[in-house]
Amino acid sequence: MSELSVNHLLGIKYINNKDIDLIFETADHFKEVINRPIKKVPSLRDITIANIFFENSTRTKLSFELAQKRLSADVISFSAAQSSVKKGETLIDTVNNILSMKVDMVVMRHSNPGAAYFLSKNVKASIVNAGDGAHEHPTQALLDSYSIREKLGNVAGKKVVIVGDILHSRVALSNIYALQMQGAEVKVCGPNTLIPRYIESLGVTVEPNLRKALEWCDVANMLRVQNERMDVNFFPSTREYAQQYGVDKNLLDSLNKEIVIMHPGPINRGVEITSDVADSQQSVILNQVENGVAIRMAVIYLLASKIQ
Amino acid sequence: MNQKVLLTSKEVNIILHRLACQLIEKHLDFSDTILIGIQPRGTFLAERLKDLLEKEYQVPNIALGYLDITFFRDDFRRTNKPLEANKTQINFLVENKKVIFIDDVLYTGRSIRSALTAIQSFGRPSGIELLTLIDRRFSRDLPIQPDYRGRQVDAINGEKVKVCWKEQDGEDGVFLINNNQ
Repeated sequence: MSELSVNHLLGIKYINNKDIDLIFETADHFKEVINRPIKKVPSLRDITIANIFFENSTRTKLSFELAQKRLSADVISFSAAQSSVKKGETLIDTVNNILSMKVDMVVMRHSNPGAAYFLSKNVKASIVNAGDGAHEHPTQALLDSYSIREKLGNVAGKKVVIVGDILHSRVALSNIYALQMQGAEVKVCGPNTLIPRYIESLGVTVEPNLRKALEWCDVANMLRVQNERMDVNFFPSTREYAQQYGVDKNLLDSLNKEIVIMHPGPINRGVEITSDVADSQQSVILNQVENGVAIRMAVIYLLASKIQ
Repeated sequence: MNQKVLLTSKEVNIILHRLACQLIEKHLDFSDTILIGIQPRGTFLAERLKDLLEKEYQVPNIALGYLDITFFRDDFRRTNKPLEANKTQINFLVENKKVIFIDDVLYTGRSIRSALTAIQSFGRPSGIELLTLIDRRFSRDLPIQPDYRGRQVDAINGEKVKVCWKEQDGEDGVFLINNNQ
């Protein structure tokens, strides 16, 4: 087994295909571990990890914490609402204060794109990006690809459409990088106002028609409309969005093949997908959550093995 | 590199038969006993013993599992070599069973220490024994000794004991390799 080529996981664009393979192979082993009667290994018992979340998160934070605890790391968690950030402290000061308590790794979510990259250049710790603004969310993209690999056997050669709010989505960007790196073909689908202007320079095509996009794809990754990042109206009404870009059971059943439905969560039931789609056999949404723990264990384990 | 034969294929075969007989003497019909091959190299020995017990000595339905100890090792971040994980496959509970760990070479004892921790994830065995083909004397870091041993070997630290299996290496045999010469 080789090592990761990086000391931090800042985004998919900073890693390579071999890193992804290594993370997946390691995650396979951890997936077996988390299905044991006792789901814990002692590998990281001398590692301390700080989870710093400047933005709200439920799933990602829980998933990271669980992954760290399953690896026996010591974990401290911190969210901006209760912190000195509100009192005017800078990001570097906040993190350096935490590091002086002998922390080896920082998992951070921040609303500014590039925050994780900035931190990796300025503090001495291994940094994991748990989402930086509309930039990247690498562990989500890894677990999405891992779930595709688990369901369809392979990512290479598969056709994946990412539907919804591409403009505000870090999940979309990381997924595009990860899927293309592994040889999948990617389309995006959504209202014109929510598609970034230069998206085609990433090598993806835009398909404005949802039905056509679904007829083409093997996997549809349905994204949430990120209302909290919208300062103007990008579409007339939620109802109209749901009619044009929401997937319901009738639409799914009328396709000429069975496609896999993914969603990074949280779901707005009735908007991007209806309940009967989210809970159908074709949906792998809960598998994604389970795989998230295994993938994050693999990422943390592999990064920790490089800490001197 | 200098290589010396410690056991030939024929000698390995005789030892396997002896170990199988010793296991039967103690465990009779194996109804409460589980064989666990320690990954990666203990699995060949474990499979061979299961085969012998079932085919030559007519002990049917022997439970065999594989245990990977990578995530339980005590040298994580202390070696330059990345640790390589293997598959763990234990499809039964070990609660109240007699477990026999099977590995090819017993050297410092640290792998077995890790295995003792790792097996607890699958329940609380009523007892654990250790079977190794080669026992390297005088090289233990921990107070761990085998209950069944194929052959005791005196080897100094610069030397390596290599166990070959015909399934993977083409022929059975045990060799002493001296890297210093």
